[in-house]
Amino acid sequence: MTASADTLGPPPTSVGVIGWLRKNLFSTWYNTALTLVSLWLIYTVVGQLLVWTFTTARWEVITANLRLFMVGPFPPEQVWRVWIVLCIVSVLMGLSASVYGGTMRTFAVWLAAAFATLIVLDLIAEQARPFADFARRVAEGGASQFWLALPGMVWLLVNLALLALGWSIGRGRAQWRTALILAWLGSFFVTVALLQGYGKDTWLPEIGTNLWGGLLLTFMLSVVSIVVSFPLGVLLALGRRSKLPAIKIFCILYIELVRGVPLVTILYMTQIMLPLFLPGELRIDNVARAMAAFTLFTAAYMAENVRGGLQAIPTGQIEAAHAVGLNDAQTTLLIVLPQALRMVIPAIVGLFISLFKDTTLATIVALLELLGVGRSVLAQSEFLGLQTEVYVFVAAIFFVFSYAMSFASYRVEEALGVGKR
Amino acid sequence: MIDVGMVSGIRDMIVAKDVHKWFDRLHVLRGVSLTVKSGEVVVMFGPSGSGKSTFIRTINRLEEHQRGTIIVDGIELSNDIRNIHAIRQEIGMVFQQFNLFPHLTVLQNITLAPMWVRRWSREQAEQAAMDLLRRVGIPEQAQKYPAQLSGGQQQRVAIARALAMQPKIMLFDEPTSALDPEMIKEVLDVMTQLAKSGMTMICVTHEMGFARAAANRMVFMDGGQLIEEGTPDQIFQNPQQDRTKLFLSQILH
Repeated sequence: MTASADTLGPPPTSVGVIGWLRKNLFSTWYNTALTLVSLWLIYTVVGQLLVWTFTTARWEVITANLRLFMVGPFPPEQVWRVWIVLCIVSVLMGLSASVYGGTMRTFAVWLAAAFATLIVLDLIAEQARPFADFARRVAEGGASQFWLALPGMVWLLVNLALLALGWSIGRGRAQWRTALILAWLGSFFVTVALLQGYGKDTWLPEIGTNLWGGLLLTFMLSVVSIVVSFPLGVLLALGRRSKLPAIKIFCILYIELVRGVPLVTILYMTQIMLPLFLPGELRIDNVARAMAAFTLFTAAYMAENVRGGLQAIPTGQIEAAHAVGLNDAQTTLLIVLPQALRMVIPAIVGLFISLFKDTTLATIVALLELLGVGRSVLAQSEFLGLQTEVYVFVAAIFFVFSYAMSFASYRVEEALGVGKR
Repeated sequence: MIDVGMVSGIRDMIVAKDVHKWFDRLHVLRGVSLTVKSGEVVVMFGPSGSGKSTFIRTINRLEEHQRGTIIVDGIELSNDIRNIHAIRQEIGMVFQQFNLFPHLTVLQNITLAPMWVRRWSREQAEQAAMDLLRRVGIPEQAQKYPAQLSGGQQQRVAIARALAMQPKIMLFDEPTSALDPEMIKEVLDVMTQLAKSGMTMICVTHEMGFARAAANRMVFMDGGQLIEEGTPDQIFQNPQQDRTKLFLSQILH
């Protein structure tokens, strides 16, 4: 008896590792040559990179200035506020990981891994010194020094614990989904309030935004601009399709004007020209002006992305919504926008990623965000000539967060079945 | 002013008088007048481009008519948004391309309007939706998305969605034209059952079997005008107009 057609397996040379290698890397003589050349190139480049990373590079420029890179000129005795913010994020992240699962769980694992890595690195680099320092300061300054002098490693351990705590509390509580979104939004305002503080001699003295810096400032610029420009962009896109000519013309003018001007110009205008036009007593600080510039700029692009989604909705959808009795507002909110927005998720996330990276332009208006801190560190005499280390570090941080956004967008698309239904 | 119809419970649901409509300069409805009484099932047929779809779309204001009057259940269609809104709540419509909302499940498609327009509670709306899904024969599909259903199933969901608003009138705009042949019957069965239950219906369709089984009256349209109307027997056995005869001979091979 011979094997019938439906039990016949594929030929052994076409499957498995060898089959794959043969088919993709060594199918012809020039393919083989290309493969070998590529292997040699990868070996040399990656090899050099590894050698540089682990032997040549002087990473002490990073470790010595880590606080600067993270928070810039933020007063050191007030850095606990930033740690508290991170604690809030950790708890929410832990909760989200178990309540939502999926992508949030992946992110929580990444965050935990980041905390653990930092703890280990800290242990290797500093050993017990921070604890001795902590003990000395508390002994000298009493209880008031306790929170202020707490070593970073303790904060990291607390964050790791909070992450785990959030995760275990949130298990089996799918009903918290909506509440958790509100909590994330709320945490945004708590963060701003906590970092800013109020009054002069209070328990939480005001810290001007001119003292915000480093990764903290990069985050605040990006998050504020993203959170505000999103609804603004949606409104502009809807306005552009409005039947009322005044609204329509305003939206078109706004979108086209902003899109026709480079971001740098808008930054300069909000920084230098805005104060000239505003009355003297009305002062808006630098950071807020930069946030406004990024927000207004991004909103125009957001509007065009959303418009693309709106145009792709068939008129049949709107007719069906009207036919079952929904009014115009309900049709837009329940039928048109949900479909339009999920269609343009990739474009919107792309916009957010470029906004996140564009915040580095704030250095040119004298804000010390991550790249600005890098440049000021390089100006210190003991770290002259270490550009490579600093820029690689800054680039790595930008890459990690940009990739995280891109990864999240991909997973959200999958979950919503974009392109499938 | 009480007429006989009111006393016996039969009244005029749709009164269209001399309805005209232009697309730019193209005159697509040239004075259509039609009265449909409650419980009546009217089948409209005619060549493509004859204005039958446009006409039924003027009844719930998906298209605006530019001359003449349309009165639905005593409410005259005007530019007053409240009138349009009130009329749309009394009319259910089923489209050729189904037009289900692809981002919502079958159940959400059906409960959306009752919850947002009629302000029903979720429980009440879902219970009513499940009753309707049982009526159209697909309660087991409630949690699926439209793209996961066959064309016939999607159209039955669309019918359930329209019925969920408890309309007094149902409009069908070529409900079986986009379906594969083997799925036409399941949709027509639901429509026939609906017609037998006493729903007032206007159906634009070329399914002559359905017309024979369920219609009280047939209307032939051509060139934006009503050419001929009569009972199915009159139309099939003894059409009066040459254009009707020609068209019937073309579709009844």
